Amino acid sequence: MIKIKAKDVDVFYGKKQALFNISLDIEENQVTALIGPSGCGKSTFLRCLNRMNDVIDICSVKGEILINDFNINDKSCDVVRLREKIGMVFQKPNPFPKTLYENVSYGPTIHGMAQSKQEMDEIVETSLKKAALWEEVKDRLHEPGTGLSGGQQQRLCIARAISVRPEVILMDEPCSALDPIATAQIEELIDELKKEHTIIIVTHSMAQAARVSQNTGFFHLGQLIEHGSTDKIFKNPDNTKTQDYITGRFG
Amino acid sequence: MNKNKEQLLNKRYKAEQRFRLYGQSAIFMALLFLTIFIFKIFSTGYSAFQKTWLIVPVTFDPELMMLEQNPSKEDIQDADYYDIALKSMADLDLNANEDQENELKRMVSYFFEKEIKNELLNDPNLIGKTKEVYLTASDDLDQVFKGNYPRDLPEDQRRVSDYQLKIFDQLVVNGKVESKFNISFFTNADSREAELAGIASSFMGSIFSILVCLMIAFPVAVLAAIYLEEFAPKNRFTDFIEVNINNLAAVPSIVFGLLGLGVLLAIFQLPRSTPLVGGITLSLMTLPTIIIAARASLKAVPPSIREAALAMGASRMQTTMHHTVPLSMPGTLSGTIIGLAQALGETAPLILIGMVAFVNTIPGSPMDPAASLPVQIYIWAESAERGFVEKVSACIMVLLGFLITMNLFAQIIRHKFEKKWS
Repeated sequence: MIKIKAKDVDVFYGKKQALFNISLDIEENQVTALIGPSGCGKSTFLRCLNRMNDVIDICSVKGEILINDFNINDKSCDVVRLREKIGMVFQKPNPFPKTLYENVSYGPTIHGMAQSKQEMDEIVETSLKKAALWEEVKDRLHEPGTGLSGGQQQRLCIARAISVRPEVILMDEPCSALDPIATAQIEELIDELKKEHTIIIVTHSMAQAARVSQNTGFFHLGQLIEHGSTDKIFKNPDNTKTQDYITGRFG
Repeated sequence: MNKNKEQLLNKRYKAEQRFRLYGQSAIFMALLFLTIFIFKIFSTGYSAFQKTWLIVPVTFDPELMMLEQNPSKEDIQDADYYDIALKSMADLDLNANEDQENELKRMVSYFFEKEIKNELLNDPNLIGKTKEVYLTASDDLDQVFKGNYPRDLPEDQRRVSDYQLKIFDQLVVNGKVESKFNISFFTNADSREAELAGIASSFMGSIFSILVCLMIAFPVAVLAAIYLEEFAPKNRFTDFIEVNINNLAAVPSIVFGLLGLGVLLAIFQLPRSTPLVGGITLSLMTLPTIIIAARASLKAVPPSIREAALAMGASRMQTTMHHTVPLSMPGTLSGTIIGLAQALGETAPLILIGMVAFVNTIPGSPMDPAASLPVQIYIWAESAERGFVEKVSACIMVLLGFLITMNLFAQIIRHKFEKKWS
């Protein structure tokens, strides 16, 4: 089933065009990887999906992005509601400088998802369990989140993102600041999370894309060169540019 | 070729050494000036915290006080103390002629009548008895006792006569002169008499001014900073505002004083010489300082925190109020305190709005006339009497103490609440 449908998306930073005519379908409950050399626009595209580009004054987005057949670029779309449904994990772990508990409970609090302290405790616990962090931190929920290791911080950010039960999770190079062990833990986690969420991950590592994703899109110079099943992209790409990038001839 | 390289390296080391030397001598100079300055102030000022008292036997003669038998409290309150006060001073030298009696009277402050009265009010049983009472010595004798007054000047150039000195020395020999901690310096308002003048009025005036300044400048500045930093679109107009805020911070303070005079006093008819007007004027001055500090600390909050909150579905307002503003508060607060410390030391605008007037009452609210500490320093420094010299330094010490405490407080806030970013 198709969860997100991007149609002819153009993005401009001032006068400079960053994305050209991107059309991409994203499957529900699968992992879609966006790969490509630095500056190719994959992160920009990811940020279109929860309208994080709104924050940048000079950035303008054209085209249609349909999520559940609803155009999020439409004026009637409320960004607060949209971002409740579409969570995001950033490149550098960015927990709030507050306690672990406050980090995870922030989303549910502002969206009024818990009626009582007990319910909130439950949400925090399940979120941390899903993020495979519960066992490590259950005794220090009221210590600052910034005191964790890098990998733990990133899992905390994932727990924070899933605490509001989003339908889609956007991950912007979530492992680029982590060591191989922490990376392996996060990748395992992604595999687990795709059962309940649709995941779109931007990554620099082709090995990672091959390991975690079912679909892959290859971006180059602001254009979507090719997209399809990960198997096909990696083993038998149609486009020679894709071929060159996969085999490490550039990028 | 190799030798050339060696020379270059040597040159670089020498240059670095020279640079270190310049830096060290600059710091040495700064410390030297500071030490001289502080030493000068302390050495002239410390004696102001001591006050000289003459111990004089006073006979509470009911006839001289016009008191009936068994007087009530009101009677004692209304009794006439001038005669017994005069008599007790005159009795210091039983052979004194009329002129000399006058000189004797001037050995104590004009407050002596009241000091004697207080003694009786505290203990009404003293009527008809004699008791040794502590009387504030005149400022000139105070200075003589502290060794600040040259005795070897010819008599006609001195404010203390030979006769007064003779009596005073007798008192000293008999142990009837005592030096005690000068409480009245902190509890009295300003006075024309140096021995009675205190900083209570100006201290309270300063506190009220600073409070008014804080209550106006802080909320306005913080709201302005939050709006400009987090909400306002970045365009020519906001750039223009930013430039003007920076300009405002550089406007000489006397200009704000003129503004206070022309607008607050002339147009709004607010009461002259009051901490209310002083505080409003100072708040205009402090406003840009706080705005700049608050904006700087808002800017220092990493954008990743804002992104994290926005991506969780927080609105812009929630992001700002839940995350950005609390994280910027330590910087904002220490900037505010530094701005207030600046305002505390400000003199020129307060002189223009009339806080330079002679005020001998202690203000109970920002609506009462008052002086302020720096203005008090200015007033006393202008006075000719020798007794005020040490008072000026003492007042500077109090003001410096106040400022140092505030800056220390700012440092503590900054260190204690500063968040470390991972």
